[in-house]
Amino acid sequence: MSTETMTKKGSTSPAANGALDTFYYDNSIVRNFLVATTIFGVIGMSVGLLVACQFFWPDLNFGIQYTTFGRIRPLHTNAVIFAFVGNGIFAGVYYSLQRLCKARMFSDLLSKIHFWGWQLIILSAAITLPLGLTSGKEYAELEWPIDIAIALIWVVFGINMFGTIVKRRERHLYVAIWFFIATFVTVAMLHIVNSFELPISFMKSYSWYAGVQDALVQWWYGHNAVAFFLTTPYLGLMYYFIPKAANRPVYSYRLSIIHFWALIFIYIWAGPHHLLYNSLPNWAQSLGTVFSIMLIAPSWGGMLNGLLTLRGAWDRVREDPILKFMVVAVTCYGMATFEGPLLSLKNFNAIAHFTDWIVAHVHVGGLGWNGFLTFAMLYYLIPRLYGTELFSKKLANIHFWIGTLGIVFYAVPMYWAGFVQSLMWKQFAPEGTLVYSNFLETVTQILPMYQLRAFGGALYLTGVFIMIYNLVKTANSGSFIKETKAEAAPLAKEYKPSPSEHWHRRIFEWRPFNLLIWSLVAVAIGGVIEIVPTFLVKSNVPTISSVEPYTPLELNGRDIYVREGCYTCHSQMVRSFRSETERYGEYAKAGEFVYDHPFQWGSKRTGPDLLRVGGKYPHSWHYYHMLDPTSMSPGSIMPPYPWLFEQNWDKEMTPAKIEAMQTLGVPYKEGYAKEAVADAEKQAALIAFDLETQGIKVVPDKEIIAVIAYLQRLGTDIKKVEPEN
Amino acid sequence: MLKFVKHHMESIVGIEVFPLISLVIFFAFFVGLFVYIARADKKQIDEISRIPLDSNADNHELT
Repeated sequence: MSTETMTKKGSTSPAANGALDTFYYDNSIVRNFLVATTIFGVIGMSVGLLVACQFFWPDLNFGIQYTTFGRIRPLHTNAVIFAFVGNGIFAGVYYSLQRLCKARMFSDLLSKIHFWGWQLIILSAAITLPLGLTSGKEYAELEWPIDIAIALIWVVFGINMFGTIVKRRERHLYVAIWFFIATFVTVAMLHIVNSFELPISFMKSYSWYAGVQDALVQWWYGHNAVAFFLTTPYLGLMYYFIPKAANRPVYSYRLSIIHFWALIFIYIWAGPHHLLYNSLPNWAQSLGTVFSIMLIAPSWGGMLNGLLTLRGAWDRVREDPILKFMVVAVTCYGMATFEGPLLSLKNFNAIAHFTDWIVAHVHVGGLGWNGFLTFAMLYYLIPRLYGTELFSKKLANIHFWIGTLGIVFYAVPMYWAGFVQSLMWKQFAPEGTLVYSNFLETVTQILPMYQLRAFGGALYLTGVFIMIYNLVKTANSGSFIKETKAEAAPLAKEYKPSPSEHWHRRIFEWRPFNLLIWSLVAVAIGGVIEIVPTFLVKSNVPTISSVEPYTPLELNGRDIYVREGCYTCHSQMVRSFRSETERYGEYAKAGEFVYDHPFQWGSKRTGPDLLRVGGKYPHSWHYYHMLDPTSMSPGSIMPPYPWLFEQNWDKEMTPAKIEAMQTLGVPYKEGYAKEAVADAEKQAALIAFDLETQGIKVVPDKEIIAVIAYLQRLGTDIKKVEPEN
Repeated sequence: MLKFVKHHMESIVGIEVFPLISLVIFFAFFVGLFVYIARADKKQIDEISRIPLDSNADNHELT
């Protein structure tokens, strides 16, 4: 609203006399977040490129544990999601919110605490993840002290945001702010519920939930982290920056209202589509599928709303690199949100799940939607914050094309790889046997695709470096404007809405706290209906009497399994397909996982499923395989784990681990914690003895012994009972 | 913690009807939303949709 209309609108206020407030927008905080998003973009993507290269050069872990795939793949995902996109969100929110509210941020101090707090969290993630300090839940790997820090800083962000909204000089909350509010409240809810864990030491905890319930909570979180961290805040940015860059209002503001409510309500239900054909009650799987299909409507509504904003301005898209980035970003959003529901259909999911297809899918969203919208925002904001023009439009165009090619070179080989590998997994010979019974054959087949993918990633990253050069040159040619002076009339204290004003406006559009509460209601209900019944209804997780708690040594082995991030490449979930039962053995039952804190079903099979690996090979096979995977599986791309042969499994913490498990409801007999170490030593000695008979001398205290104990236990419990009849 | 939730939820009489009630509430909300969208005053909507454009360097920002 222009100054002129503001004065008119506030005719009952002191501004009637023309008294306008003069205030200053804080640009420093915006610039800081922009710098952070750029730096962490480079770091996150570089780690991504490194892990991509490890697929065909396993030696690229440099032989050390801290840079091995299982530990730095979480580093890559956390860095790009929470550091690159996270800082991007905050930059965009801090810029647009001030201007949409016609008010400076509520508190400069809170802005600073938010900024430095978030960077410290990122730093601690960058240290702890390579050290193997992880909770073992995808996209929520950070350990409990960092989880608490995230919650605190998130609250600081919320207070700062709401403080700004409360002191706004624009009565109406523009739709972008609704998306920011929903983001704040939902991420808080997801983070807190999914992070329930029982600490046993400063940097070690166990998930409060087990097995099926842990999986359901985790993917309710995981899916909605995509929804409310990677999507809704960026939709808010889309609704602000596309109109700004195109200099025309959004195509349909009406549509944006429907878009908002429908999207936040439906999104939250779709989580179980990550667990189709898994050991999840069927009703929950169906619910996930149905809501995922419905999700096409609001997603595409929003996507079209963004694209159609450019109607009549397409000639400018040819000229303006910012608009180009935005068009590709929104198009990628459209593609990913069409593909998502398709992947939620069971027939599609049967092919795509556990393969590189999913990796392609998320990178269309990540590189296209989040990446390109962030770049557009950077190209838009940096010249404005430095009061100058972009250094080189040509370089920005080169960045655009090289980035677009990067996405294509990333996505196409991954779709190809996913499809090929899945078909190979499922191919039967006429005699009824698997054609590719050796899993490794299906991996070596797609190695060229992995190389192409890394090339695509390298192209994309090159584009980012070109952008940085361009933006640094731009900044150097101008001078930073720390604050922008602005004027607007304050809001009238007693405002009488005209009779034509509608209920939605009275209830929500002028009332940020109502929006907060009702957004929370809208998002909470789906989660409650999906998650609570698995806790309430016993038949959802049938108990299997032969399933017993892990022995203390196996528990230690399991902790090492989690530490090394084995779940990033190996699933523990045999689906009920003939191609899987033939390859791996009996399909997974919900009751097998009741003592798994956290669950380790995994989401991607770069290596074979491990659920039934127990007893499949002798101890010595695992010993040699962990020492040098290619000795047992020639051509394997798994890295060696020599440090397991040097480090000792954790005797000191073992009693605490048992006690923690007891607290979580694992039925060890009372006082067992005291006997745990002796029991573990006994089992370790047996394994070492067995290895010795095969000519391998190893101290029973070494981690490899605990890992072997765990792997040999996997999936064996249900074999103990003879099937009835 | 979970036992706490479980026992309390089991003790609620007629808990089966809760999902139905919530379905009705949400259905009514979205119907109301569509009515609002359909009936909203075009001029006001246009005005609101211009909020980001008006917060431009050209008018109230005085650089």
